[in-house]
Parts: sequence; structure tokens; C-alpha cells
Amino acid sequence: MSFEPRIIAFLCNWCTYTAADAAGVARMEQPANVDVIRVMCTGRIEPMFVLKAFAEGADGVIVSGCHPPGDCHYTSGNFKTFRRMPLLENLLAQFGIDDGRFHWGWISGAEAPKWAELARSFTEQVRGLGPLDWRAQIAGKEG
Amino acid sequence: MMDAGRHPNITLLTNSEVVNVSGYIGNYKAVIKKKPRYVNEELCVGCLQCIDGCTYKEAKFPDEFQMGLGKRKPIYLPFAQAAPQVVLIDPDRCIQLKTGKCKKTCAEACDRKAIDFEQKEETMEVAVGAIVVATGYQPFDASRLPYYGYGKYPNVYTALEVERLTSASGPTGGEVILRDGTHPKNVAVIHCVGSRDENTNRWCSRVCCMTSLKLAHLVRDHTGARVYNFYIDMRTPGKAFEEFYDKLLAEGVQFIRGRVAEVTDWAVKPEEEGKLIIRAEDTLAGVVRRIPVDMVILSTGLEPQADSAQVASIFGISRSAEGFFAEAHPKLRPVETNTDGVFLAGCAQAPRDVPDTVAHAGAAASMTIALLNRGEVTISPTVANVEEKLCSACKTCLSVCPYQAITFIADKNVATVNDALCKGCGTCVAACPAAAITGRHFSDEQIVAQIEALLREPTTAEGARP
Repeated sequence: MSFEPRIIAFLCNWCTYTAADAAGVARMEQPANVDVIRVMCTGRIEPMFVLKAFAEGADGVIVSGCHPPGDCHYTSGNFKTFRRMPLLENLLAQFGIDDGRFHWGWISGAEAPKWAELARSFTEQVRGLGPLDWRAQIAGKEG
Repeated sequence: MMDAGRHPNITLLTNSEVVNVSGYIGNYKAVIKKKPRYVNEELCVGCLQCIDGCTYKEAKFPDEFQMGLGKRKPIYLPFAQAAPQVVLIDPDRCIQLKTGKCKKTCAEACDRKAIDFEQKEETMEVAVGAIVVATGYQPFDASRLPYYGYGKYPNVYTALEVERLTSASGPTGGEVILRDGTHPKNVAVIHCVGSRDENTNRWCSRVCCMTSLKLAHLVRDHTGARVYNFYIDMRTPGKAFEEFYDKLLAEGVQFIRGRVAEVTDWAVKPEEEGKLIIRAEDTLAGVVRRIPVDMVILSTGLEPQADSAQVASIFGISRSAEGFFAEAHPKLRPVETNTDGVFLAGCAQAPRDVPDTVAHAGAAASMTIALLNRGEVTISPTVANVEEKLCSACKTCLSVCPYQAITFIADKNVATVNDALCKGCGTCVAACPAAAITGRHFSDEQIVAQIEALLREPTTAEGARP
């Protein structure tokens, strides 16, 4: 059985979720590996959600929202993400999660092709890294 | 415009710019920069004596309204039906404003002493309940396509320029003449300049087929010239539009289906000397044609305004891929934006013709009035809520809220969310170190449940996702 990575994407309602929706409506080619969880704003995304996704068996996680500075529907939620995600990256490195498994960035509602491209390239990237199985890693160390 | 200017409930601020908007539906504050016009609007009655009195005896500066084909003075009325009927002074052209050394004959000519060279830019703040963004479009710059020769050959015009030539209030009084003053005998209209083109703008600008047909008809009517239309597809949806196209076909206007390759002055036959030569493929006949003409009309497409990104950020609205402002829903909410209380009208949202713009603007006005008359709004239940027992009074939430929707109640030593101000972004929910704030409909439990559900183990025999 070939490895099919499981990817969770946390997308903000106004920009990247809109782009992903438009990509679907336009029948753009996207892998089925990416599952989307919609939040109203990337500012809502707690680092815990990303860790939880890895702990539950995700091989990759995407966080994407509105382009800074001015695109955020809530004025400044994307800035909070801008500050939180680099800290989370450090934490993920300490937890032994490879760089290429976590992507955060910006895709506006008008950039449906960019979303489809990210879904494709990120899936391939994570596929290349192989299964993460982070829960087993943690259990192994604890045991 | 005149009616709007006279209406007691409408304040018309021309030559002004909204520079900042804050607040929310029903309670917006707009900061407006009113640029100086150097003429007191209260005193000026639009008699235009000052224009005659100007130190410049001849009008010598390109008139923007006439697309640069006519001339104006430094003091001028933008166009005949301008509202308000008040002149203004162009500070980049006026000798007094540039050097301070003018005889100020315009001020002498003004009986009402309306001219005020000391006028300064004013900034005002107005409280408004709703906003309609109707900033329009900009025409495609035809010089971006050098193979059509705009800017190189004087008799290559844009549709808007020829529109001025055919107008009775235009620079030639409605006479369609070339730069040398003669009437054209052969005219080419090139459709889709800056529309339906992978190299420039991919969208159909929607109005240019009819504009081209109208100009073809008017030019033929005014001069008796032979008119060739070069089109990709004729797009004439709309009441009586197809009939107008039929009428032109019957009139003998020539239609050639094919995109023009280039416009040159390179004559290879004697009859082409001194002419503009159109080279185009006639896709219906399957031949390449060379057609010498005297005048070329480029039917330029409609583009988003150059500063549309900046305007979108001021009003907190988004743009679609091509840069026009995005409506809340393409079919069901075409005048609303995703920001409550901000509406769209006209070509700022997408290219449209006059009847459609009037309908769109009417819808925006109706929605605005309905909103303001209702006096109250239904808000989304997606708001944040503080569990007072858990709140540790750290006030982190107060600093992250973009709407100042969270206040701190000193008596109870807890933070509280104002439901009317909260937009439900959830930034405070993520920031609360005590996990005392719940984002309704997007609670931690709900999101974690989604993560768990999406990642549950596969159940089918092949190991595929359930």
C-alpha cells in the first residue's frame, strides 16, 4: 500500500477558505489528502490545534490566512498568526517534527490557483518525508 | 448629480477623499480629506467670469474631460454639467499658486469675491451608518499594446477620445475630424483592446462591443466613412442591443471576425501611402487582410482603479482576482461586501454598462436606506464569551481585540465581551492564558473534535480513508 499523507489545513473564513472553496467550485485539481478546518480568523488558531493534529496522526499541517498587512477581515488577526507561528516552528523542531511538515502563510480569497498549487506541492513534500506517526514516537520515548 | 447636489439630505463633497474609516455597521467614522479648490463654494455661482478674466488669454492646458483633445485654463469648470457648478483652480498650472506673482485678474473678474488663494486642505470626520463604495473603473491604457500604435500614430484614438469627438459638447463641437482637420474616409474599430487577452486582462469588459457599435454608427453617420469592426466575438446581450447590431449590419458597417495583429504606416501599395494599415486575420474567410484606413479606434477595456488595493484596505473590503471589489456572494448578494454596512455600486465591483450600473446603484441605495431605517441589525451569534469564574484578570484579551469589544469590570475583576462589538474572530480565545474565553461555534472542543474526526483510523480493508 502506498503512503498517503494526511494533512490538516486550518484556514481562515475570509481568505484562504474562500480560495479553497473557489478552487473546488472551479474544479481545480487538488489531492484529497488535505482536510480543511475552517476558523473565522487565523488569529483563532491556537498552537495547540497544530500540535493536536500531529498528535492525532497528521503527517502535515497547513495554517493559512489573509495577506498582511491590510487583507485581514478583522484588521489584525493575521499579525497574531505572524507572531505565533514562528514560535510554534521552534517548538515543533524541539519535538522532532521535520521542517517540511508544517506550512504557514497567506493566500487571499482571489488566489484559488495558489491554494490548489499549495495543496498539491505540500502533499508531495509530505509524501516525500514519509509517515510521521508522532504519537508512537512520543510513546516510544516515554516507554 | 445635480439632483443629488440639491437634495437637502445629501451633502456632496467633491474633490475630496476618504482617508480612513473606523467603527462598524451603523457607527462608522470616516475621515475625509477635502482638497482645496481655491474657490469658495458658498460664494461661487458658476458665472464663469473668472475663466474669461484669467491671465492666460488662451486655454493652453490639456482638458482632462476632453481626454486631452481640448484645452482648458488653470481656472476651469471640470465639465459643463459638473456638480456643484463651481469652478476650481489647478495648483500645478496657476501662476499665482505656483509663484505667487500673478496679476490675479481672475479674482478681479469675480464680483462675489469667491476666489481664495489661501484655501487650505481640510480634514473632517463624519459619523455615518453605512458606506457605498462607487469608485468606478479606469480605462485600459492602450499604449501598453505597442503593436496598435497608440501614442505613436496620431490618428490612432481610444474609444473615449472618439466619444468626445462625436459629442456636441466636445472639443470639435461634434465634428469627427483627424488631427489634420480632415474627415476620415475609412475607419477601423478594434475590439477587445485590453480585454479577453492573456497578455493583459483576461476578462470581457462587457461594455466595449456596444461602445464600438455606437461609435461605428456615429462616425459613419457624421462622416459617411466606411467603418470596419475587428472583433473576436460580438457580445450584445441586453435590451435592444442585438437589434442595434442588426441595424448596423443592414447599414453596411463592415464586420471582420479576427484579432488585429498590428497597425502600421508601412505602405507596400500606392493606395496605402499615408494611411494606417491594419493587418488582421479574417477568421471567417480564412485569409489575412491588409486594410488601409485613416483613423483607428481602439475599444479599450475596463480595469480596476490603480489604487483599488489601497481603497479596499481603507474600507476593510476584499477584491476579486482581477482587482475589482468583491461582493459577498456572486449571485445572491451582489451589492453587499463581507464587511457589514459597506455596499458596492457600479464598475468598482465589475465592468457594467449604464443601465446595469443604475440598477446596481439603486440596489445599493435601497439596501442602505433599509438598513438605516430599520435602526437595528441582526448580528452573528459567533461571538466570544468570558467564563467569569475562570477569568484571571490578566487583561491579555483587551490588548489583542481589534474592535475594543472587551472591557474590564473592575468591581468583579473580570473581562467582559460586548456582543454588539464582537465580530467573532476568536483572537482573544486563542490568546486567553486561562482558557476562560469561549468562541461560540468555534470552541476548542468543537475544533478538537473536528481534528479527531478527520484523523480517525481508516476502516476499509485497503487502508483507504473512510
